[in-house]
Amino acid sequence: MSRTITINHVTRIEGHAKIDIHLNDQGKVASTQFHVTQYRGFEKFVEGRPYYEMPAITARICGICPVSHLLASVKACDAIMAVTIPEAGRLLRELLHCAQFVQSHGLSFFHLSAPDLLLGFDSDPKLRNVVGLIEKYPEAARDGIALRKFGQQAIERLAGERIHPSWTVPGGVNQPLSTETRDWILSGLPLARSIIRRTLKTFKAMLDGFPEEADSFGNMPTMHAGLSDYEGRLQIYDGIMRFRDADGKVVASFAKPTEYSKYIGEASLPDSYLKAPYFKPLGYPEGTYRVGPLGRLNAAESCGTPEADQELAEYRQRLGRIVHSSFFYHYARLIEALYASERMEELLNMPEILDTHVRAEAAVNCHEGVGIIEAPRGTLIHHYKVDEKGAMTWANLIVATGHNNLAINRSIQQVAERFVDGNQLKEGAVNRVSAVVRAYDPCLSCSTHAFGQLPMQLRLLSASGETLDSVTAG
Amino acid sequence: MSKAKVATVWLDGCSGCHMSLLDIDEVLIDVVQKADIVYGPLVDAQEFPEMVDVTLVEGAVSSQDDLRLIQKIRSRSKLLVSLGDCAVTSNVPSMRNNIPTKVLLERAYVQGADVNHRPPTDGVPTLLRHAVPVHEVVKVDIHVPGCPPKADAIAFVVTELLSGRKPELAGKVKFG
Ligand code: SF4
Repeated sequence: MSRTITINHVTRIEGHAKIDIHLNDQGKVASTQFHVTQYRGFEKFVEGRPYYEMPAITARICGICPVSHLLASVKACDAIMAVTIPEAGRLLRELLHCAQFVQSHGLSFFHLSAPDLLLGFDSDPKLRNVVGLIEKYPEAARDGIALRKFGQQAIERLAGERIHPSWTVPGGVNQPLSTETRDWILSGLPLARSIIRRTLKTFKAMLDGFPEEADSFGNMPTMHAGLSDYEGRLQIYDGIMRFRDADGKVVASFAKPTEYSKYIGEASLPDSYLKAPYFKPLGYPEGTYRVGPLGRLNAAESCGTPEADQELAEYRQRLGRIVHSSFFYHYARLIEALYASERMEELLNMPEILDTHVRAEAAVNCHEGVGIIEAPRGTLIHHYKVDEKGAMTWANLIVATGHNNLAINRSIQQVAERFVDGNQLKEGAVNRVSAVVRAYDPCLSCSTHAFGQLPMQLRLLSASGETLDSVTAG
Repeated sequence: MSKAKVATVWLDGCSGCHMSLLDIDEVLIDVVQKADIVYGPLVDAQEFPEMVDVTLVEGAVSSQDDLRLIQKIRSRSKLLVSLGDCAVTSNVPSMRNNIPTKVLLERAYVQGADVNHRPPTDGVPTLLRHAVPVHEVVKVDIHVPGCPPKADAIAFVVTELLSGRKPELAGKVKFG
């Protein structure tokens, strides 16, 4: 008799999800389903709103990376106004984005995943969280809090608020950078960088302790995608979108944001509010690709900043040019945090960043605009259409976690095959199934902009569909 | 003295209120010395526990799952705090309220898809006709507006409650 296990509540992720594990007659894993269980309807309810309200509305899709939505949104608005924004405005937006990378990657690593890595996947679930971390590894916990705080404070200094600031506007930003703020951020960078260096060192020393996880957390050939510049250097604010196959060959690239729909299709799924984007030339579901830290470092040739490039060389030496296991999202994330901190320094030292001309003014000059950026969790696309008065007539949003949806599903299946056995859900297995989802750092608030809610729920189902075991994680 | 039990929950919100809670930074370390965080997005609890002292709720009530969860939480919490504008007024989630849910779903999963043109039905909760504020479905003891409320205000609410006082919020919070 085949059976189903459900994890009702996937914990330590940003959102709401549920996982079903179906067993076959022999009690082995037959299939798995990842359900995102919230739907919010942003794409529909924004119709009729003026386009310049879109940044403030879409920032409320996600409180973890509101800056990503703000930036994708203002870029789409720039395109509707058909303006090239002043150089200082561009540099400031990128600076803000780097600060967000630092805080968001810090949160993902320390607050959400470090409990598994430092305390152990099989450690006491009551303590396997940020509180347990504070008790057992106070240094690491303080580092995590300090790193996130630096990123959030830099955002606050630049943009006026830590969460949902209104500083980024269509055409640029609404206030130039003061020398005090520049100096304040510069003075905080050495501490941030030393925390990241320290953490990388600790993480690399632990790597060999997780052979099974490295081998089964979504260790599979897929395509990878992300933004980089003409020379292949990692870009997070603006760049060329490249798709590489599992062997590392570039199979598609485009520089014009409007071309995304030639390459990216979306499939509705019967069992999730999160749609599944796929690479159109290969079709659904063959066109699986990964985005986010792992995908970006696979898609790019280099980071383009000295320390991050050194780390990237070591990473590739250990794991290969194309890294296939999603366990290494954590590693890639730390390298990117280092990149973001270095890039902040480069930007702050450019004299043009203090220029007071930071905003271009214009009205509606185009009826359609697309903004693409790299959010911490991966490529984020905002696509708007407006009427001649600038009222929204149509919107499409494709978020980072969406791109990863097919890969997350396959990864869950792989981990479940490795760790789930018999009719009962052992805690260590539940946690590993949840942890593979956490490796992607899925932002289910983002995913559920339109779709789905994720504390996680796991269910184990028999072949006849009867629920054998069920747990809620989170 | 036994530690107070604190839970946090995330319904239909953007997690910004939870992020603002984390923005109390080092105060968090003091808080976890005085209280156990027994449920929420940051910890691994499987089931909402019995006899929780304080539960902070982010987000509006939008789906059948939200509704069931908040009713269970109310019956198991001594004090329920609506944290942020989504919980207090239903804010951004309520922007969908003048559109029938069928139209919303069709926009995303029928018109908005290249493959499989139909809304999901299996293993996902049904949307309520309207996204509503928390106090519309259960009794709420304290309202903390803001989108999100400032970290200072959250730190104040939590430390007052842990000292056994009802926080006096006049002048400390505002909507938006
Ligand atoms: S009140 Fe604002 S910050 Fe809080 S969940 Fe709602 S939209 Fe997000």
